[in-house]
Amino acid sequence: MTLNQLLTLLLPEIVLTVAAFVVLGLDLIWRGDEVRGRWLPWVAFLGVLLTLVATIAVWPMAGVGGRPLALTVGQGFGGDAIPMMALDGLALFFKLFTVLVLLIVTLSAGEYVQTHTPFRGEFYALMLLAGLSIMLASAATNLVMIYLAIEFLSITSYVLTGYLRDDPRSTEAAIKYFIYGAGASAVMLYGFSLLYGATGTTDLAAIATALTAGSTTVRWLVFPATIMALAGLGFKIALVPFHQWSPDAYEGAPTPVTAFLSVGPKAAGFAVLMRLLLTALPGFQVDWVGVLAGVAIITMSLGNLVALRQTNVKRLLAYSSIAQAGYMLIGLAALAPLSESWTTGLNGLLLYLFAYLFTNLGAFAIVIAVENRTGSAQISDFAGLIRRAPFLAVAMFIFLLSLIGIPPTGGFLGKLFVFGAAIQQRMILLAVVGIINSVVSVYYYYAIIREMFFGQAGDAESIPVTPSLKLVVGVNAVMVLAIALYAEPFIRLATESVQMLAAKF
Amino acid sequence: MIPLYWWLVVAAALFCIGLYGVLSRKNAIGVLMGIELMLNAVNVNLVAFWRYVTPQTLTGQVFAIFVITVAAAEAAVGLAIIIAAYRRRDTVIVDELDIMRW
Repeated sequence: MTLNQLLTLLLPEIVLTVAAFVVLGLDLIWRGDEVRGRWLPWVAFLGVLLTLVATIAVWPMAGVGGRPLALTVGQGFGGDAIPMMALDGLALFFKLFTVLVLLIVTLSAGEYVQTHTPFRGEFYALMLLAGLSIMLASAATNLVMIYLAIEFLSITSYVLTGYLRDDPRSTEAAIKYFIYGAGASAVMLYGFSLLYGATGTTDLAAIATALTAGSTTVRWLVFPATIMALAGLGFKIALVPFHQWSPDAYEGAPTPVTAFLSVGPKAAGFAVLMRLLLTALPGFQVDWVGVLAGVAIITMSLGNLVALRQTNVKRLLAYSSIAQAGYMLIGLAALAPLSESWTTGLNGLLLYLFAYLFTNLGAFAIVIAVENRTGSAQISDFAGLIRRAPFLAVAMFIFLLSLIGIPPTGGFLGKLFVFGAAIQQRMILLAVVGIINSVVSVYYYYAIIREMFFGQAGDAESIPVTPSLKLVVGVNAVMVLAIALYAEPFIRLATESVQMLAAKF
Repeated sequence: MIPLYWWLVVAAALFCIGLYGVLSRKNAIGVLMGIELMLNAVNVNLVAFWRYVTPQTLTGQVFAIFVITVAAAEAAVGLAIIIAAYRRRDTVIVDELDIMRW
């Protein structure tokens, strides 16, 4: 591959990087605080929009099997460069996913950032760079690149979480996030080093080859390495033994950042987990499927049970998102051969993530709108929302239905696919626990619904909503419904994205 | 030559000491030091594996250099966050940062 070809295939990442630095630069040179504050989010938005165009432009270039991204260095330099990333279905899916997350978050952050912090340029620049790291992580095919991308994502997330320097909650959230996160990534890295030692390579596909060719004595080394890698990625996804950071980080972080954290790092974690387990460790499936199923069960149950007693909506959504990650993990635990049926587990996972993206970001956009007006995000702040802002209340109702998994919403379709995969794989226990948990979750989601529709508002004034927030909420609500009612293209997108990974099983 | 597993035992010991530090220290700076120990254990591992398993390629060494670089970046951000918290709360003891719980 020549340099030109390589740069063409990397276009989405390049455009996003340039956009981040343009935002940063404009923040420095643009005079007039008022004007700058109003227009910077739109500059960021435009940058992400261009990234979307670039992603669509490179989409057909990936081909069926995907392409490794490496330069042809030529003779005298020891042959070709080692590919660190690939442009394939999974990478493209997560590029699109990231772009959508960034579009929604930059649009909904406007007023919140304007009123809460004087440092706006860095906020948007960091947000775009965090998005870039998700793109890199989901495309990485080498342990070195995976580590670098995950760490890139972690560091930007720490800074964003502690962004409100003068707010004690924000700094406390950042410290907790940082300590858990740095510990988890060190454990993951130790696992990677063992994997490298067992196989002598850091390339995922080459690891798989080395493991099948090598003796079975490395098994005792690979199993702990897998568990350790799972610890680091489980931390990003907020799976249960590694979830303690998430409620605190979600509650303390600026709300647009919370929205981002609840979707972005989870997606990156799942992307890397899928690639690592399915490309590098398919021979050890018997080992890790049991672990994933166990983790999925405790993640769903604990997330839901603790969510029952929350009074802060941000914290409630944090526990709810832990539970949602548990449902998604079912898709990975119950993966099936592609040719046999409509659900491979993996396509259910991606479909679930896609629906979850619109659902959760929409719900957080409403939290932002309410918080802009009331200054806090207790469940009681939502009292009488149907009279104060009918549009928000109805949209929130749709998002909560989707989180519960009631048709006709995207959340229902996602749950249908992952539970369907579990039943098909004869993992009945997994499906039953999932369904029981969905029923339990109705209780705490209903607490918000009851408050919105039947609660007495202490303050009867209507809540003003900025046009961009209105747009975000409206588009998200429509998308949540569209994924269920007009499901075919979304299912096809998810299925085609995992075809290459799933074809091996 | 010293056998490979000697190096691995040293690295594992270093890793465990670091992990113990992360889990038991109350002071955020102490936790940070524990994390650095864990990362150094990884570096010992990587370089030892490079020397004994794949001396013909540079993968292990390059990985170790990346780890050192990223550890520095992480420490910089971590210390900045700890300082920000200290300015606001006058403490770096993790147990005392307890506005939010459950």
